Amino acid sequence: MNAPTKSPEPIHGKGVVKQHLIDPEICIRCYTCEMTCPVGAIEHDDNNVVVDVTKCDFCMDCIPVCPTGSIDEWRVVKEPYSLDEQYSWSELPEQQSLEQDASPDEGGDDPIAALLAEAHKGTGGKPKAPASAARPTVNLYNLGKPATARVAGNFRLTDDPGHDVRHIILDFGAQPMPVLEGQSVGIIPPGTDSEGKPHLPRLYSVSSPRDGERRGYNNLSLTVKREEKGLCSNHVCDLKIGDEVQVTGPFGATFLMPDDPDARLLLICTGTGSAPFRAFTMRKQRGGAAPGEIVMFFGARTPDSLPYFGPLKKVPERVLKKHLVFSRIPGAEKEYVQDRMMVEQDMIADMLNDAKTHIYICGLRGMEQGVEEAFRSIAESIGLAWDATRDAMREEGRYHVETY
Amino acid sequence: MLDLVNVSYDTLIPNNVGLSNDRRVLKALEKWHPGYINWWSDLIPDNFQKSLVYLRTAVSVDPKGWAKFDYVKMPEYRWGILLAPAVEGRTIPCGEHYGEPAWQEVPGEYRAMLRRLIVIQGDTEPASVEQQRFLGLTAPSLYDMRNLFQVNVEEGRHLWAMVYLLQKYFGADGREEADDLLRRSSGSEEAPRMLGAFNEETPDWLSFFMFTYFTDRDGKMQLEALAQSGFDPLSRTCRFMLTEEAHHMFVGETGVGRTIERTCQVMKENGIDDPYEIDRIRALGVIDLPTIQKKLNLHYTLSLDLFGQEVSTNAANAFNSGIKGRYMEHRLDDDHKLTDATYPVWDLDANGQLIRHEVPALTAINMRLRDDYTRDAAGGVGRWNKIIEKAGVQFEMKLPHEAFNRKIGVFANKLFDPDGKLLSGAEYDAGVKDWLPTHADGDFIQSLMKPVYEPGKFAGWIAPPKVGIDNKPGDFEYVKLYMA
Repeated sequence: MNAPTKSPEPIHGKGVVKQHLIDPEICIRCYTCEMTCPVGAIEHDDNNVVVDVTKCDFCMDCIPVCPTGSIDEWRVVKEPYSLDEQYSWSELPEQQSLEQDASPDEGGDDPIAALLAEAHKGTGGKPKAPASAARPTVNLYNLGKPATARVAGNFRLTDDPGHDVRHIILDFGAQPMPVLEGQSVGIIPPGTDSEGKPHLPRLYSVSSPRDGERRGYNNLSLTVKREEKGLCSNHVCDLKIGDEVQVTGPFGATFLMPDDPDARLLLICTGTGSAPFRAFTMRKQRGGAAPGEIVMFFGARTPDSLPYFGPLKKVPERVLKKHLVFSRIPGAEKEYVQDRMMVEQDMIADMLNDAKTHIYICGLRGMEQGVEEAFRSIAESIGLAWDATRDAMREEGRYHVETY
Repeated sequence: MLDLVNVSYDTLIPNNVGLSNDRRVLKALEKWHPGYINWWSDLIPDNFQKSLVYLRTAVSVDPKGWAKFDYVKMPEYRWGILLAPAVEGRTIPCGEHYGEPAWQEVPGEYRAMLRRLIVIQGDTEPASVEQQRFLGLTAPSLYDMRNLFQVNVEEGRHLWAMVYLLQKYFGADGREEADDLLRRSSGSEEAPRMLGAFNEETPDWLSFFMFTYFTDRDGKMQLEALAQSGFDPLSRTCRFMLTEEAHHMFVGETGVGRTIERTCQVMKENGIDDPYEIDRIRALGVIDLPTIQKKLNLHYTLSLDLFGQEVSTNAANAFNSGIKGRYMEHRLDDDHKLTDATYPVWDLDANGQLIRHEVPALTAINMRLRDDYTRDAAGGVGRWNKIIEKAGVQFEMKLPHEAFNRKIGVFANKLFDPDGKLLSGAEYDAGVKDWLPTHADGDFIQSLMKPVYEPGKFAGWIAPPKVGIDNKPGDFEYVKLYMA
């Protein structure tokens, strides 16, 4: 056993703990989990099989051995359920709404929440998650109690010398880091600021799907561009395999993908804004519940500066319809994503008319205006008022913007 | 199809027993393997053999390595030889050798007994695949078909596990026994399977669910007892098999549960409150609860017979020699030798009244395991009743009394009702149609067995599961059927 022993104290600064539970309506009492658990955290009586929150260290050994799927249940609680409570259940309690759940994303004086609110501003109102999205876990780790990840890989994604984008793989070992596609994590740069306080975390979108960068491993990937004089981005881009990184999160409860095979996704991004869309695409490629159709408009200066250009070309069109758009090809006319959107306006008009369509925009703040203008023009060409369409889509959890 | 000429056996057979360094056993298994593949290929209808099935394959014994899900053609399933990790310093957990180091080789004086136990266990594994061979043709959904095939390939793997022990530890007679496991066949006149319950065809899916719930649970209890063996390789084999056996329990419990759930749902939708309005309920294409109770009575009592005589010197010898322990032996707080202990077993007094009387515990090992089995089996029945209660139907499933419908042991061939009351022949004849499934019941159930092969769709007599396998969504294509 090399997993750290988890203490019963809350793992979140606001007095919240993530508790592992077993669904008594689905469990068949085979006790395989109990026999597998290396720390003796699982026990049973004549009624139920239960998990002792003071012993469970999230090693996840019990998850694959369960034949029923009853084992993979988690509740974020202020007061953990006692063994006696669990023994008395005939069904699993719903997730109680916690204070930070009311508006886990925006508002409040939490600096992370403020950052996210700023990033989502382009949505034009309070964003909502898609109705069918899986329920995200948020704020599991914070500045006071971060997770420690180990760097498992650092690959350069671009050939353009002035444009260093990295694919960073972080492994969380025995610490749970349940992220959904579209969520972000915070990286705490080492050292202190001019007042001697630790630096605040910088947010990065996760670019791997929920089951890990490598499937079944407790790891995730980030897509990070080196910014000149960027304190955190230089730290991250210079990481070596085996280095330790302090991580907070997961963050974000609205920029999530629908778990609905009938849904259609329209993804628009530039540069490292492609990170969440890589996660969306991998989710679909791995056979998870995912939208049937995904269309992507991806803008970069040149193929050399487009992150994941090679791998992306290999993704079959039936998984992802790709429009790669370049603005600095020598001898070619500059083309931006909004230009290509206008070329494809019939297809986009058809998607705007479909109540199953979800739109996601991610990348530099500067792209927002051009993209919105293209949408406005296309919407109006089919007699839709853009603002009303966008607001309705947002209310239904179908319009998402994350820009920086 | 497999290329039998160029098979690389140490990679084809995932194993943690160092097969590639054990030339003798590897060679013996290479010789046995083609016969096994022939047996498998002759058994299951050809279009299923060519279909891609979303199966769980064990590739190693650590918790993260033995549940790899992927599409596989069944003949290409990787039947591995996997033993649970050795426990350092393990000692013999019961009997006269209690506390001595566990045997890593077969102790000479117990060789015959051990071989017989392994052969009996091994014989049941292919038998159940034979009994279930045609069920794919009437699967109520691709989900259920996948579960059937998962059970089948794992029973196949369990055969491999027993064959490995025979080949590795029992020399020439072990090889012969291994060949005989493929020679005997369920229901055969010349060479039937060794235990009676394994020679009946599983005719329909409710029978399959009842079989996996009740009869595979006997298998589970036997494996639990063998997992306590002082012969360490057997213990480790059985411990790993138990993790797979749990899936079979799951298929049975949820299969019966979903059948009950659907019946209750259809009754409610049609305003039927009385579960005994059998004709009306059947006309709606679902199986009435009293018939499900009858199936339960049958399969439970057939399975009880598998535990043998209540008082048995064979069982006493197996325990005393440290070859076979009790259920959860390591959790029991006694001398593990049973020198003076007694245990209450069923008997009939002079007036034909059922009584329990104390006998030396050593001779009551079978009875004790059967009691553990009954307790284990009762749990799921309670959960089925919760489904009925939740639906608002007034009915309760019950395990019948152990005396009912028995062919082996103290109650054998005596006439009892399901409450344990001794009956005259006439009383029994009058009641039996309400206690055990009749031909007409079987015909009715058979009439519902129409295949549903569209992803996400289920036959009308069974409810969909609450959770998909490997967390897959409801319309996941668990079997990509081969279309000739």
